[in-house]
This record gives sequence, C-alpha cells and structure tokens, in this order.
Amino acid sequence: MKIVVLVKQVPDTETSIKPGDKSINESGVKWIISPYDEFAIEEGIRIREKSGGEVIAVSLGPDRVVEALRTAYAMGVDRAVHVKVDDYVTFDSTYTSELLANLIKAENADLVIGGRQSIDTDSSQVVIQIAERMNVPHVAMALKLEFDGKKVTATREIEGGTEVVETSLPLAVTAQKGLNEPRYPSLKGIMSAKKKPVEVKKPEELGATASKLEVVSLEPPPPRVAGRKLEAGDAQGFASQLVKALREEAKVI
Amino acid sequence: MADVLVVSELKDGELKKISRELTSAARKIADAIGGKVHTVVIAASADKYAADLKAVGADAIITANLGDFNPEGYANGIAAIIQEKKPAVVLIPHSSQGKEYSARVAIKVNAGIVADAVGLSVDGGKVVAKKPIYSGKAYANFKISSDIQIFTVRANSQEVSQKEGAGSVEASSASAGEVRLKSLSKDLSGGNKVQLADASIIVSGGRGIKGPENWPLLQDLADTLGAALGASRATVDAGWISHSHQVGQTGKTVSPNCYIACGISGAIQHLAGMGSSKYIVAINKDGDAPIFKVATYGVVADLFEVVPALTSEFKKVLG
Repeated sequence: MKIVVLVKQVPDTETSIKPGDKSINESGVKWIISPYDEFAIEEGIRIREKSGGEVIAVSLGPDRVVEALRTAYAMGVDRAVHVKVDDYVTFDSTYTSELLANLIKAENADLVIGGRQSIDTDSSQVVIQIAERMNVPHVAMALKLEFDGKKVTATREIEGGTEVVETSLPLAVTAQKGLNEPRYPSLKGIMSAKKKPVEVKKPEELGATASKLEVVSLEPPPPRVAGRKLEAGDAQGFASQLVKALREEAKVI
Repeated sequence: MADVLVVSELKDGELKKISRELTSAARKIADAIGGKVHTVVIAASADKYAADLKAVGADAIITANLGDFNPEGYANGIAAIIQEKKPAVVLIPHSSQGKEYSARVAIKVNAGIVADAVGLSVDGGKVVAKKPIYSGKAYANFKISSDIQIFTVRANSQEVSQKEGAGSVEASSASAGEVRLKSLSKDLSGGNKVQLADASIIVSGGRGIKGPENWPLLQDLADTLGAALGASRATVDAGWISHSHQVGQTGKTVSPNCYIACGISGAIQHLAGMGSSKYIVAINKDGDAPIFKVATYGVVADLFEVVPALTSEFKKVLG
C-alpha cells in the first residue's frame, strides 16, 4: 500500500505568540509537529509494518518544515517531500489542499492520513478537501482502521459516541486521539534521518491556482473581563454568592 | 445576487440553537449586502421549523431530504442547493458534522472557506470573518476572494436576534446521491447527555475530583443546569472518563456562555480549548492555580463542599 501522511509544523502550545500585522513574529517560536499528525505518521508506519508498501511524509511550508520531515524520518517513514511555500498561505485550506492533492494524485497513493485538525488553525478542512479533490471517500476522526484487501472497516468518533463504517481504498483518513500511541524516534533513527534526502516541490510544479483567502489583519485576543475571587465564610456562602453573580450580574443562568 | 444561505442542524428532530444563531447572523449580513436569507433544513418537511426560522430572519426555508448523516451525501445535497441558489455567503455550523461536509462543499462549488469563525462583519460587500488561531493566542480577520464565501461558525458565538424574514417554505429536489462510506453501527452509550460542542453551560472536572466515583457530584450540577459534562486531559488519561468528554487542545474546543471548572488547575492546553468561554467559574482549593487568571469568578475552596451546595442552591432558584 502506498500511504501519504500529512505533517504540519505548528508553534508549540506553550510558546508565546506575538501577532504582527498579517502574520506572527516567528522569532523565539518553538515549532513542533501538530499532535494529531503524529497519530497519522504512526498509523502509516504501522500499516506498512503489517502489510508492506511505502510511507511518504509530506509537509507544506517554508524551509523550517524540513525539521518536521526529519522527525517523521526518525519515526520510520520511507520518503519525505517538502512542498516549499514561503508566504503565509497555509491558512488557506483550499490552496493547501489543491497543492497536496495534485502531489498525491501524481504519487498514486492508496491512503492519505492527516490529523483531525492542526492546532494552529483548528479548521479540520485540508484532509477532507483532498479526499474531495481526489474523488475518494474519507473517514474523519478515526479511532481504529482495519484493512482487508481494498475493503476498509473503521471506527470513528461522532457526536456523542462512536460509529463503525465500511468503505474502500483509495481513501483519506483524519486521525483522532486514541487511534494509536505515537512512538518516540530512536536515537539511531534520529542520526540516520539527518542524512536522508528530502524532495522539494514548488507550487508552480504542482499546478497551483491563486489563493482564495486574504488575511486582513491579526490582533491580540480580546481582553478577558477582569475576574474576581469571591469571599465567603463557608461553602453555602460561596454557593449563594455564585448563584447571585451568575444570575444577576452575568445573567447566564 | 447577494443572498446568504444557512445550513441548519437538527438534534433529535428539534432545531439546534446554532441554527437560530446562524440565521440571525445571516439576516445581518444579508441586510448589509442587499440579499435574502435562505435557511436549509435537512428534513422531509419544514412545518415544524418554519415559524422559528422566520422569526429570526429566514426569507426562505428550504427542505432537503438527505436522510441520515453521511458526509458525502450531505455535501452532494448542499452543494446542489448552493449551485441552484447561487448565494454570495454560506454559513455552516462548525459542528462535528459541519466540519466534515463543509470541506467537500467548498471544493464542489469552488469556494474559499474560513472554518471556526467566531465573528462575522461586512466590509465593502465582503464578509470579514474573525477566528482564533494558535490556541486562541491571536485572532485573525479573513476575507474570501471567490464569488461564493463559505464560513463554518462556532456555536454560541452569534447572538440570536428577532427580526422577521419573509418565511416562505420550499422543497428542494437535492439528493444525497452516490456515497461510498457505509455506516454499519453506532454506539452512543459513552456520550454526553448534552453535547459539549454546542452546550451553553459546561460543568467540567479535573484531577481535583480525585477519582471517577465523584463524577455524579458534577453530573448532578450539570443536570440541574442543563449543562454538558466536561473533563480535563488528566482525568481522561487516568481512565476516569471517556475521551469524548475532554475539553482542550487534544479534546474539544468549546465556547459556552458559562464554563464551571471544578478542580481544574488550568494547563495552557486546557485553556486553549475553553478560553473563549464567555464567563468562567473556577472552583479550586489551590488559590495559585492558573485557572484563576482567566476566571470571571474564582472560588478558592473545597469543591466537595461547594459543588453540592451550588447544586442545591440552583435547584432552589431554578425550581
């Protein structure tokens, strides 16, 4: 099976973000692989370990994303492709999905796996858009995947519970927490990853059209209403104060 | 045309609150750009929903008989309606279903899309969508340049306002068409009575609840308030509750009107999932817990004493 895993590099949650005019100030930002994409990489490797084939990690972004591809190599993928875009179009899911779908079509992949969302934009769009562009089915929020030839049985998270679905390859999947436990790259893997080749593709080679999104501005988050600690002598006192505050002041209950 | 089309959502045959929120938001946009509001109801008949949707601004209520949820089926049907009505703006709930079919719809109708918008305004005839990025550490404003602009919108982010629309009802011939994902079975036993994603009140527990045997304490308060039950990552990782309850970076992102955090210290990953809640109540013994930095109301006390007192006090005033 030929598997493409999608790897997005995002700022670590703990990192502080300084919004500029149209993009963030990247100095001092610590970059990591978006956590849900780690489940995607792990699943791709596990499927190959079980049934053979090839796992290709693909990351779109500026030069720094090569680090994420090296991590994917260290975990065990077979090939890495860097779709090199320098400006801030990664917010635009339709542009991103077009570039990636064109690459994946040319690779003739049977399976595409990405995280259920990236933790920088939380949009949950790109993988399913790729499925639509490839004209293949998708399984979102996968918790379990089983293959029997071209037939796929999957368990996925839905609102309020889980669902078992059946479909066929080729297929796109978004990985949810619970699908697997991503492995740590081994020291040997990290050392050999440094020497492995990373293919570079440019947007013009992938036949990209123009972006459909304009970043108007970035701004800091809205300030929170100044909080206050309630003072009371006992639990009953706290309870009646809180009920009063929520009903009369905040008017939310 | 400068019409606005809303896809509404139902739950157990009833209109979800977000359907009214999005129709209200659509009314404001349509008034600003000079168009009509179409609200699509995915049901065989609109009789039950028409009056509600008319009251919040729908000019046309369009039924689409697409059957049980299937991401491809919904995408096929909704794309067909968009192609027929040619709206300038499409609003879709950023729900678990909405996230799935909106992605396919955007490609089918060749539209740009902004997902998880929390603010919608109009500038120069185009919608400007505001959305949190980087775990809520910044907000970005986007415009879409394509003829059709699609936005998925977070629950509880739009006001419901009463402004009547024409309220005509029409049946669409859109169908689910061919789908390649077959549902074999569903298991809804581990889920929440109230869905986290669209709950307007959430009662959430962290490590401070000490063990799974204490969830009933929080569930009682949640039931009293008609709230959803949330959980921190620590409690899910400890196996005290299923992952479907988890709020935060590797759980669900929520924006309720009121978030009651019980025994939650407030790790940055948790704040990323609930930091946009309108009002935050923190109940924690540790007065230095980071959750108090974002809490509207802080209660430094033992949750095992305060939560039951709160439940009985609410029972009294809510009858």
